[in-house]
Amino acid sequence: MATRITRRLDALKAEDRAALVTFTMAGDPNYQASLDTLKGLPGAGADIIELGMPFTDPMADGPAIQKAALRALKGQHTQQKTLEMVREFRREDQDTPIVLMGYYNPIYRYGVERFLKDASEAGIDGLIVVDLPPEHDSELCLPAARAGIDFIRLATPTTDDKRLPRVLENTSGFIYYVSVAGVTGAAAPTPEGVEQSITRIRAHTDLPIAVGFGIRSAEQAAAIGRFADAVVVGSALISCIEQADSVDAGTRDVHALVRELSQGVRRARSA
Amino acid sequence: MSSATDAIKRFSKGPDADGFYGDFGGRFVAETLMPLILELEEAWEWSRTDEAFRQELEGYQRDYIGRATPLYYAERLTEHLGGAKIYFKREDLNHTGAHKINNCIGQILLARKMGKKRIIAETGAGMHGVATATVAARFGMECVIYMGATDIERQQPNVFRMKLLGAEVIPVESGTGTLKDAMNEALRDWVTNVDSTFYLIGTVAGPHPYPAMVRDFQSVIGRETREQILEKEGRLPDTLMACIGGGSNAMGLFHPMLDDESVHMIGVEAAGHGIETGEHAASLNGGEPGVLHGNRTFLLQSDDGQITDAHSVSAGLDYPGIGPEHAWLHTQKRVEYVSITDHEAIEAFKLCCELEGIIPALESAHSLAHLRKIAPDLPGDHLIVLNMSGRGDKDMASVANWLEAHGDTDKLPDTTVEAAEPGRIDDMQPPHDVAKKTGETE
Repeated sequence: MATRITRRLDALKAEDRAALVTFTMAGDPNYQASLDTLKGLPGAGADIIELGMPFTDPMADGPAIQKAALRALKGQHTQQKTLEMVREFRREDQDTPIVLMGYYNPIYRYGVERFLKDASEAGIDGLIVVDLPPEHDSELCLPAARAGIDFIRLATPTTDDKRLPRVLENTSGFIYYVSVAGVTGAAAPTPEGVEQSITRIRAHTDLPIAVGFGIRSAEQAAAIGRFADAVVVGSALISCIEQADSVDAGTRDVHALVRELSQGVRRARSA
Repeated sequence: MSSATDAIKRFSKGPDADGFYGDFGGRFVAETLMPLILELEEAWEWSRTDEAFRQELEGYQRDYIGRATPLYYAERLTEHLGGAKIYFKREDLNHTGAHKINNCIGQILLARKMGKKRIIAETGAGMHGVATATVAARFGMECVIYMGATDIERQQPNVFRMKLLGAEVIPVESGTGTLKDAMNEALRDWVTNVDSTFYLIGTVAGPHPYPAMVRDFQSVIGRETREQILEKEGRLPDTLMACIGGGSNAMGLFHPMLDDESVHMIGVEAAGHGIETGEHAASLNGGEPGVLHGNRTFLLQSDDGQITDAHSVSAGLDYPGIGPEHAWLHTQKRVEYVSITDHEAIEAFKLCCELEGIIPALESAHSLAHLRKIAPDLPGDHLIVLNMSGRGDKDMASVANWLEAHGDTDKLPDTTVEAAEPGRIDDMQPPHDVAKKTGETE
C-alpha cells in the first residue's frame, strides 16, 4: 500500500508542481502553540509536514533550530507529547503526511519497537534521523520499513556516486538532498549547483527528491521548485516563532510565511 | 590460528569492522561526515602498519614530547598509606603537561597525510586544546579550538596558552557551555568545512575510528609502563589506575595489558557532589546506554533521552559520556569503574603536593583519591601503577576557588591566584582575576 507520502507526491507530480515541506519543532514555544501552528499548516499551503523531535544536542542544526529545541525542552516537552500532538492533528487531517525529524537517542531511549508502534498508531508516515547513516540501517531504518513507516535518508554534497546507491538502498518516501555541506539555516545554495546535484541523484533513483537547507524565501522556493520534487523550509519558519512578540503572533507569522512559500512553489514551473 | 589469536586477545581485539565493541561504539553521524570518516579510517588503518609512519611518530614522541615518561616510585606516598607499593606513570612530564599530546601528534601526522590544512578541536580543561594548538603550530596549520564559555572562565591560563600558540579560541555558549557543547560546535564546524578540515578529537569517543585511533596513539603509555615495571620489578603490576572523563589516558594505560588477566584495572570517574545528588560526571556509575557524538555508550541522560549536564570540579572530567570501549569493558567486568567526589579529589590533590612534590591535575587527583582508599589495605608487595595523566598548574584557580568556598583558606594568597604572569599582548587575556569568578562549587 502506498503511504500518505507517496500518494501526496504522486498527486503533485501529476499537477506538475513541487511539494512544499515545512519544518517546525514540536513543543516550540509550547505544546498548545506548536499544535495550533501544526493544525494550520495544510491550510496555509504545506504539502508535507516535518515535525522536529527536540533534542538537547542537535549536532547538525544551526542556532535557530538549536534554540527551538531548547525552548521546547524547557517547556517539559517529551517524545510522548510529540506523538500526542500528531494524534490530535490526525483527528482533523487524515491526508497530510507527517514526518518526524530528529536524532536517534530519544528514540533509542524510548525503545525502537515501542516507538515505531506508537508512531504508527499516531499516524506518522516517515522518519528522518540525522545521525543514522546507512551503516546503521538495522537500528531503525529496517524496523521502520517493517512497521510501514518511510525512512527518509539525507544525501549531501559529500555523498559521491560511489556512495549514493548505499544511501538510497533502504530509503523510501523521498530522498532529502541537503543542498549545502553545513548545519540547518546556513548559507543559501545556488540553484544551478543544486540542479546539477539533483540530476546526478536522479540517475540513481526514481524516488522523489526534496531539497532543503538554507531556503528562506518564496523566490528561493520557486527557484528550487522548478526542478526539485519538494522544497523544505525550516529555520526561516522557526525564526518566525523566535522573533514574534507573542505566542499567537508566532503561529500567525509562520502561517503567513508558509502561504508565501506555497505561492513560490506553485509558480515555479509556470513561468 | 586466527581463532587462537582471538582467544588470547580476548579483550584487546576490538572494535569490529563497523566500529563496535559489543553493543557500544559505531558511527552515528550525519551523512555529510560519513565519506570523510571512511577516508579517515583508511588513513588510520594505513598508519597502523606503515613502518615509515611509525618511525616518524616515534621520533616526535622522543624528541618533541619527551618520551619515554618515567615510571616513578612514589616512596613517601607509599609509606604514608602503608600498604601497596605505588608507582606513578609520569604523563604530567610530557610536553604541554599531560597525556593529550600523545594523541595530537599522531592525529596531526594523519591530517598532513590526508592533505588537510585546518585543524579543529574541542576542549574541556583546555589541555587537549593546548596540545592541539601546539602540534598545529609545529606543523604550520590553521587551528580553531571550541571551548565552552564556562570552561573558558575556569581555565584562563590554558586559553592564553592556546592564543599564544596561534590558535583561535571560540567560546561556546550553547547548552551548559562545557565540553559536550564544545564537541557539538566542533561537529557543526566540521560538517560545514568538511573538505578542508581535520577534526582532532581529544578522547576515545566520537564515531569510529576515533575511539580506536586515539586509543592506539595513547597506548604508548601502557606499552612503556609494561616494559618499565618489568625492568624495575621483574613482573607486571597488580593494579592499574587512571581517571576517566572520556577515558583516553585510561585506555592508553590499560589497553596493552587488557589480556594480562592478572592485572586488575580501575577507572575512576568524577562523582562531583556525589552520585546521589545527580550532580556528577560518572557516566558508567550513574548513566544509561544511549547515542551521542557519533557513538553508543553510557550517557548521563533523562528518561526521555535528553542529555543531562555533567558536574565535576575538574573541567577535564566534565563530560556526560565515556569512550565506548570503556562501556564495553564495564559490561564485560574486565575493568572496575569507581567514582570519586570533588571533595575527595581535592584532599588527594593536597596530599600529593605535600608528600611527593608533584602538583597533579585535578583529573589525576581523582585516581589518587581512590588510591588513598584502597592502598592501605593491600599488602606491601602489591604493585599499583597510577597514571599521573597531567600536571595541575592549570588548576590553580579551580583549587583556590574550592578551598575558599570551603573555608580552607590558610594557603590562599591575599587577593587572587595567578598561574602565570605573562605580559599583556594585544587582545590576549592574561589569566588574571579568575580565582573569584566561577563560583563553581557551593
